[in-house]
Amino acid sequence: MPTTSITLSETPLVGTVLRRADDALVLGHRLSEWCGHAPMLEEDIALANVALDLIGQARTLYAYAGEIEGSGHDEDALAFLRDSRQYRNLLLVEQPNGDFAETIVRQFLYAAFADPYWRAMTASTDPRLAEIAAKAEKESAYHLRHAAEWLIRLGDGTQESHHRAAGALEALWIYTGELFEVDAMERAVVETGAAVDPASLRATWDATVDAVLGEATLTRPAGLGVQTGGRSGRHTEHLGHLLAEMQSLPRTYPGATW
Amino acid sequence: MTEARMPLWEVFIRSRNGLSHKHVGSLHAADAEMALQAARDVYTRRGEGLSIWVVPSNAITASDPSEKEMLFEPTASKIYRHPTFYEIPDEVGHM
Amino acid sequence: MYTQALNARDAVAQPLSAEETAKSAAFQARVDDEQRIEPNDWMPEAYRRTLVRQISQHAHSEIVGMLPEGNWITRAPSLKRKAALLAKVQDEGGHGLYLYAAAETLGVSREEVVDQLLSGKAKYSSIFNYPTLTWADIGAIGWLVDGAAIMNQIPLCRCSYGPYARAMIRICKEESFHQRQGYEIMLTLSAGTAEQKALAQDALNRWWWPCLMMFGPPDGESQHSDASTRWKIKRFSNDQLRQKFVDATVPQAHFLGLTPPDPELAFDEASGHWRFGEIDWEEFRQVLAGNGPCNRDRLRVRRKAHADGAWVREAALAFAEKRRARKADAEKQAA
Repeated sequence: MPTTSITLSETPLVGTVLRRADDALVLGHRLSEWCGHAPMLEEDIALANVALDLIGQARTLYAYAGEIEGSGHDEDALAFLRDSRQYRNLLLVEQPNGDFAETIVRQFLYAAFADPYWRAMTASTDPRLAEIAAKAEKESAYHLRHAAEWLIRLGDGTQESHHRAAGALEALWIYTGELFEVDAMERAVVETGAAVDPASLRATWDATVDAVLGEATLTRPAGLGVQTGGRSGRHTEHLGHLLAEMQSLPRTYPGATW
Repeated sequence: MTEARMPLWEVFIRSRNGLSHKHVGSLHAADAEMALQAARDVYTRRGEGLSIWVVPSNAITASDPSEKEMLFEPTASKIYRHPTFYEIPDEVGHM
Repeated sequence: MYTQALNARDAVAQPLSAEETAKSAAFQARVDDEQRIEPNDWMPEAYRRTLVRQISQHAHSEIVGMLPEGNWITRAPSLKRKAALLAKVQDEGGHGLYLYAAAETLGVSREEVVDQLLSGKAKYSSIFNYPTLTWADIGAIGWLVDGAAIMNQIPLCRCSYGPYARAMIRICKEESFHQRQGYEIMLTLSAGTAEQKALAQDALNRWWWPCLMMFGPPDGESQHSDASTRWKIKRFSNDQLRQKFVDATVPQAHFLGLTPPDPELAFDEASGHWRFGEIDWEEFRQVLAGNGPCNRDRLRVRRKAHADGAWVREAALAFAEKRRARKADAEKQAA
């Protein structure tokens, strides 16, 4: 494996699959940073389970993206040899862990989207994506429940936890609009029936978010956040650091297998 | 200062083989919902279970070990409760 | 790993009353008969104390042990290695949890024993005070540290105290992949580029001696083992286990094409054992005394995680109380 970044022939389908793979890997990586540092042992184990699910989703998605891209890039080439401008994940998932409230809010806002997304994707006309979705759907359903329960617990717990959860919601809300974004490239895939239009999941997401925030006694910020760019590789400053750390070994030792 | 104690729960899991729920261990959680999720995350990481019970540890009433003889020894002499107590000729076949 | 707690010496035992002497004899008879002792059974205070110390230190070792390996989760060089390492470190958290639960059956709370760790009063295995400097250290830890741990832990599955023995059975079952995971990393590195092989040899050089120290001081110096042996908590001596580890590990190193950093290492045909050089017990004493390379870092990280999590645990308890009160209210309304 060389150490310089790979170049991809990114068809609309490859691009669409990479977006989902990058979401899963980046968020899984963030959650893995909690390992050994969580607020209690039980939760340390729970967060690692979610991280493992997401890393697993990323692997199957990368493997498929590599196959349809057709230049022999395997999961590791796609994960470790693309730089931040080539990564296609949502800005939301690359945000730092912050305190436990920020991690839970980030997780909740994403899971409230990913859960209906994968459920709808089980009807994809692309059999491989439908198969991946069938597994991811069960995982994301649990991720949503786990995050929602914690958000309610924090929002309706103590004054301090309420304050922290409200602050996290305020800080991360700006990235929510991007969840529903669809560009010409992805629209082409949506039209084939292989992918779901993210915009079509808005009502489901709204309902979940409203219900859980209500129970958590948290106020929903107005409208949707306006910061976007992750889908086309224009990220926040945080992703570069995450990738520099994650990719350091394959980039340092050219040609090595691990 | 030692902080407030997180309640202890006992976890019972029914495994895939269809046997009844079996005690597998314990964990700490603030309430039953949290305990159930934690039990799933801690005790079924390798596909061990199909059903989970969580019970607050302080809800369990245990027999007293010092009464072990009174409670359990009297049954030892009732050998007529076991199939091998009865003699059936081999010709009858399996019974 | 982690029977180092059994090497500590207890305060002088109090004289026993006649009744206690009789109970004590009955207890020892049960242990000798290989019966398991269960939480509510009568047990000598010294037995309880030894177990609380041993089990909680074992648990602390699992929890602190998450840190050196956790140091590489975000830098694992492939997605397969990343998933395997995260799962392994997560397992260690699970093992800590099982062991804390076993300690709790003896009448201490998790909060109490965790406080003992954070205040520096309780110890954990010396090995986790060494740093993980390269990816090869992840291979070396899996292979050597988990290998040493297995030597120690398998006999504990037959420990006289039921909850500890049961926790160890579960742990040993789950850990069966850990050592293989580490050895496979070493195999890949050893068969890789010259640079990778050098990383593997360097990791072996740094972890070899600390792993031999994990088994604790030589048998002659570890008076406390006597009672632990009589109570069937500990079934093999430090030196027996250490020798077993060396005998198993040296051929594995040779298979990798690596050399343990001990010029005196030689196979003794007569006994069938690998003879090894002098262990630097001064280094071991320094690490136990808190002066190892990472003692301060490890405790600081654990204290920070605990302190940072306090408001979360508080919130969970407060919410549970609200939930309980609401449910009670709703039931009252319904009645």
